[in-house]
Amino acid sequence: MQEHTHSHDEMPHAPPAQDEKIHSYYQVLGLALKELLIEKKIITPAEIRQAIEFRDSITPATGAKIVARAWTDHAYKQRLLANGTEAIKEFGLDMGATELVVVENTPAVHHVIVCTLCSCYPRAVLGLPPSWYKSREYRARAVREPRAVLREFGTVIPESVELRVHDSTADMRYLVLPMRPEGTGKLTEQQLAALVTRDSMIGVSLPKSA
Amino acid sequence: MTQFNPGDRVRVREDFPPGHIRTPVYVRGKTGVVKRKFGVFPNPELLAIGRDGMPAKALYEVRFRQKDLWPDYSGSGADTLDIDIYEHWLAKL
Repeated sequence: MQEHTHSHDEMPHAPPAQDEKIHSYYQVLGLALKELLIEKKIITPAEIRQAIEFRDSITPATGAKIVARAWTDHAYKQRLLANGTEAIKEFGLDMGATELVVVENTPAVHHVIVCTLCSCYPRAVLGLPPSWYKSREYRARAVREPRAVLREFGTVIPESVELRVHDSTADMRYLVLPMRPEGTGKLTEQQLAALVTRDSMIGVSLPKSA
Repeated sequence: MTQFNPGDRVRVREDFPPGHIRTPVYVRGKTGVVKRKFGVFPNPELLAIGRDGMPAKALYEVRFRQKDLWPDYSGSGADTLDIDIYEHWLAKL
């Protein structure tokens, strides 16, 4: 247990939940399905736990490694841009039923990803999407006024650069390959990966500077 | 089946059928350019109602000028939007 160091006057805890009942229709449906699959010995509880553990093991750090490899290995970058689905297999990653399309930021074009219909996201390389990515506001405004949205993330793309929004409406999942920051010529692949943020791979921001 | 090639100018069908449609309303009736063909995929409109999605449909990446989508778009005139559209939603110009 972690020590309790903060004062409760400053940061009150929410009271512990008295009621852990399942409320929503889809929660009930999901639980019923899970119990039936287990009862019929189609899957085991351990398999479900392992699937959740695998899902949780994929974080933006996974995508950052791919970007850093592309920054340091030109041949890998070419493979990644030509066929993202195949290229990430070199990292032991699998897109499943979807395909990965990697779009490269250049001095002339800056890419931003959105899914206006739902919340399609390159989960195989970035993990679960942030809540703002799934919000109606981001989904509507990212296509309607992307430059204003980027400014709210602190990202100003010069008017001389084409801003290109990708609306993922089908089986393609998009990952932005950001531009390698200047002055990073001497950094190792691992050091470069630490500069690559989740938001820079969605395109709403730029990588950290060295 | 109509096949499109990169560079073809296309118009998205301006149609509002019921059901699960993966062509957002904001591009319907708009004109863009085919950038690439991604391949052939089961039709999501049929998958959504429990069918097998056959016949499969070609999927294209189509690029629009933002100013063609939103006449009052406030950014650069060079800004674009790429979106994935199934063949039966596209007509060649």
